[in-house]
Amino acid sequence: MMYRYDFDVIARWIEPGEKVLDLACGDGSLLRHLMSVRNVQGYGVENDIDNLTACIGNGINVIQVDLEKGLAGFEDGFFDHVIMSLSLQAIHNTQGILAEMLRVGREAVVSFPNFGYWRHRQSILNGRMPVSESLPHQWFNTPNVRFFTIADFEALCELNGIEVRERLAFDEGQQVTDEPNFLASVAVYRLGKRHNIGA
Amino acid sequence: MIQPQSVGVVEARTARFSAPLALKSGGTLDEYELVYETYGELNADRSNAVLVCHALSGSHHVAGHYADEPSNVGWWDNLIGPGKPLDTRRFFVIGVNNLGGCHGTTGPRSINPATGRHWGADFPFVTVEDWVTAQARLADMLGIERFAAVVGGSLGGMQAVSWSLQYPDRVANVVAIASAPKLSTQNIAFNEVARQAILSDPDFHGGHYYEHGVVPRNGLKLARMIGHITYLSDDSLAEKFGRSLRHGKALYSFDVEFEIESYLRYQGDKFAGFFDANTYLLTTKALDYFDPAFEHGGNLPAALARSRADFLVVSFTTDWRFSPSRSQELVYALLHNRRNVSYAEIDCAAGHDSFLLDDVHYHSVLRSYFDRIRT
Repeated sequence: MMYRYDFDVIARWIEPGEKVLDLACGDGSLLRHLMSVRNVQGYGVENDIDNLTACIGNGINVIQVDLEKGLAGFEDGFFDHVIMSLSLQAIHNTQGILAEMLRVGREAVVSFPNFGYWRHRQSILNGRMPVSESLPHQWFNTPNVRFFTIADFEALCELNGIEVRERLAFDEGQQVTDEPNFLASVAVYRLGKRHNIGA
Repeated sequence: MIQPQSVGVVEARTARFSAPLALKSGGTLDEYELVYETYGELNADRSNAVLVCHALSGSHHVAGHYADEPSNVGWWDNLIGPGKPLDTRRFFVIGVNNLGGCHGTTGPRSINPATGRHWGADFPFVTVEDWVTAQARLADMLGIERFAAVVGGSLGGMQAVSWSLQYPDRVANVVAIASAPKLSTQNIAFNEVARQAILSDPDFHGGHYYEHGVVPRNGLKLARMIGHITYLSDDSLAEKFGRSLRHGKALYSFDVEFEIESYLRYQGDKFAGFFDANTYLLTTKALDYFDPAFEHGGNLPAALARSRADFLVVSFTTDWRFSPSRSQELVYALLHNRRNVSYAEIDCAAGHDSFLLDDVHYHSVLRSYFDRIRT
């Protein structure tokens, strides 16, 4: 099992004993962390059989679902938090899955690599697609299918009535406060539904 | 890790029960026998027992082989044994033939003590719940208070689920594979065609064929042929048999021409040679009746509220008889009750029969789950 620095950020937003759903949960490392530090009742969603098997071996509840098809079986508002850590960029159905996360969860927690990070921009200026700690793959074998920046994501949230309740940005693990769209390689968000919409 | 091995030579045993068993159908069995087998050793705490429930055509002979019949290998031998996913070095595994069966357990072929004749059609209707009650009595007899797991595929999975509802404190883990919380309309329809094939066979004699020295062989064969088609996927049939013609060209005859015809006739004949038609009728009805949500106005989450077990649910992408969506119903109803539940949908081409195969991903999932069960 592995540990990532965004686990601590996410754990800070979770209250003890919550019901948590982790989408594209990998081998269940994050859920294991949240179970140990927050005593959550955790469920993972995976569609990769090897990850799924790893979760089961790690004693993590995991349900096989193709996220491109949404979360149809899950009840409205069942979870306190629905998390998607560093996977939103690998899903075609971006708007659909964000809406589903806020349907089945009270809040959503989303992290993603920032394609607007200065090293990525520099790489493009030099004529090559970026490869970095947050974007470790080559253009020809990346699982990522959506390429967006912090500014892009926040514009989409605005458009879809999603409220950004908190945002933390990081440069290779160090927190960034100024110019995150330029200086941060990864952003972590706490999201909710905007309540004044249509009022 | 050791090289997976067979449990080797096994023996069936018979447990006799003389306390009457009240059945859900209203009938009673005053006394009965259950035939069972065990593999591995029960530990000192009696906490490592795993019950394997069989489906329509299965039996207590789940693993290993008989000393005098080396080719008679248990129906789930690829799963159970030293070093196999359900590892008999850790677990004490029990297979039991269900009431109404035809492999030695009291059933329609047995002698009715009240009449001195074969039970035949007079054998009472038995349900999944009745089977589970009888299995619990066997567990009592073996000194097993609580199962580490109850495991089953198809109809066996229904028994595993029912265990967690009838005896919530007596099962720690339920493994329900290629199963469903109830049959679909289409599924009942297939069962009805199979039953009509048997019931309309002139050799059926209202279920008392034993006394006429015959069996409704054709009806049972047809029933099995229909069943067999539904247990396989369209693709697996096409891959196995295609449109191959035995004679290389059409002969315009009703004899075997297409290889699939030969296969189905062979499977049907083989089955009709050993299985009991009354058992087939009763078992398909038990399948049809199983519906724990029925008494809760169709509300499955409410029906499952009693359960205290952890669950592993597995389905197969090409299984259209017990499709993944049926397993998903079970999963989401368990999730509603905040049960610990995991669900795998295995990509396997073999349809419903996939649950009997040793697909590498399927067996990895089962191994991972069994390995983390505490005993």
